[in-house]
Amino acid sequence: MLLKGKVFKFGDNIDTDAIIPARYLNDSDPENLRKHCMEDADPSFASNVNKGDFIAAGVNFGCGSSREHAPIAIKASGVPLVIAKSFARIFYRNSFNIGLLILEADTDSIDSGDILEVDSDKGEIKNITKNITINAKPIPKFMSELVSAGGLMEHARKRVKEGF
Amino acid sequence: MTNPLTITEKIILAHTNLNSVSPGDIVNARVDIALGNDITAPIAIKEFDTIGVCDVFDREKIALIPDHFVPNKDIASAKQAKMLREFAKKYDIKYYFESGEVGVEHALLPEQGIVLPGDLVIGADSHTCTYGALGAFSTGVGSTDLAYAMAFGEIWLKIPYSIKVIFDGEPNKWVSGKDLILFLIGKIGVEGANYMALEFSGSTFKHLTMADRFSISNMAIEAGAKSGIFEPDEITEEYVSKRAKRDYIIYKSDPDAEYIKTLKYDTTKINPQVAFPHLPENSIDITEASAKNIKIDQSVIGSCTNGRIEDLRIAASILKGKKIAKYTRLMVIPATPEIYLMAEKEGLIDIFMNAGGVVSTPTCGPCLGGYMGILADGEKAISSTNRNFKGRMGDITSEVYLANPAVCAASAITGKISSPDEVA
Repeated sequence: MLLKGKVFKFGDNIDTDAIIPARYLNDSDPENLRKHCMEDADPSFASNVNKGDFIAAGVNFGCGSSREHAPIAIKASGVPLVIAKSFARIFYRNSFNIGLLILEADTDSIDSGDILEVDSDKGEIKNITKNITINAKPIPKFMSELVSAGGLMEHARKRVKEGF
Repeated sequence: MTNPLTITEKIILAHTNLNSVSPGDIVNARVDIALGNDITAPIAIKEFDTIGVCDVFDREKIALIPDHFVPNKDIASAKQAKMLREFAKKYDIKYYFESGEVGVEHALLPEQGIVLPGDLVIGADSHTCTYGALGAFSTGVGSTDLAYAMAFGEIWLKIPYSIKVIFDGEPNKWVSGKDLILFLIGKIGVEGANYMALEFSGSTFKHLTMADRFSISNMAIEAGAKSGIFEPDEITEEYVSKRAKRDYIIYKSDPDAEYIKTLKYDTTKINPQVAFPHLPENSIDITEASAKNIKIDQSVIGSCTNGRIEDLRIAASILKGKKIAKYTRLMVIPATPEIYLMAEKEGLIDIFMNAGGVVSTPTCGPCLGGYMGILADGEKAISSTNRNFKGRMGDITSEVYLANPAVCAASAITGKISSPDEVA
């Protein structure tokens, strides 16, 4: 998939409380979660983010809780891709399960406002603003198959229909 | 003949149709218990309804525990709890607990003998890793995973590499499982075990209780770990045998099993720890923490990490006959109704209330900033819970310091972060 967008850059250890604070977890409607996405890391994120923009971050993005509300809030914000140096385990699997694209790459050269062109199949990240190309770690085969199957729920529905 | 395996590899292997597994393999595994709570299960239930199955895979292998915002904190929370109740009714889910019988999930399920050694447990809650204390493989997953598991009884898992963590020696006074895990996270960092299984062993654990092991396994996730497991021994057997609702299997690691690394610590050199805002890895010795003269507004004793009877007993032993500092709040939250009743019978509730504390019904409550003790701007809390992220317990400018229940009790008395030795 080819994607082009503007970056919102965050630091290390962005936890799930920063992505979607627990005070909003009495609701799981994506539209309501979107309004508070990244609120405790950048209160202006929800009003400034546009469809197609990217999130970039340092190490251990999505650490903390298992709340799927976190990748759901990001996806509902129109962000198709998160690039980070590393992801916390549960956030990683949740993103694949719900079809939010995530790439592991050295994000040091990426700053807020940079325009990136990303070829997610090749894992190639072109920073148009800085004229630098960085490569993401390849996505494990199982995970890319899960994404191309439409996520875990699509796989589940197919399993019921086809009886495997 | 298969390769030598760790306890983690053995348990996962036993839940597949494979002949062998190695770290890095992605496998489909059968689950013994699939768990959800009032925050995560609503999404799972909505997803489950789209799959097209006419029943859950096994009504006796699903646990729905409304503990986070229950007793309902507001209308929206009440609607989420209602979704669990309706789903439990519709599919006759065996392990659904109503207010009055519900407790904090990771204290409740082991106490009721619902999760057992050798089990493979997945839960849509990151602290599902708690059951590693029993010698089970248990890990936190998302709501979509829970929906899938409720339908098919299966989960996709990557076999984790294991890190062996050895604590040797008798613990110092006031040192509990909480201190050992805070100490470890301080050493390896919040990402130090990402994607990996922590396997705990060493002579220290003969001196500690199951409650200490639960605290340790519970916070494995705070080092990024997939799980935090102990090999069952006579302490485990003693805890489990009187509670188990079904048969269970004891697994142990092969002596020549492979570990990605081995970490060894001398417990006799470890003092109670306090993890400073805003990461659990910011842990320092209590003497150093106390010297910083940090005034606190609230002390919280409870949660899936430290809301067990042993935690309440030690806190009460410090608070007995004392009053908490003026303008300071103490929240005590027994993790389950059984713990609450034991505390009542043992006179602990009297001690907490006479000291000026609030005793709440079991709930996760303030731990995740839900309710029952939310912090205002600039306020500081010392807490026996598991996370001190920015804004975790309330306003974004508030601060949470993590510690064991003894330190939380002592700090409530002095109104500042203090060692239990300072008030004893």
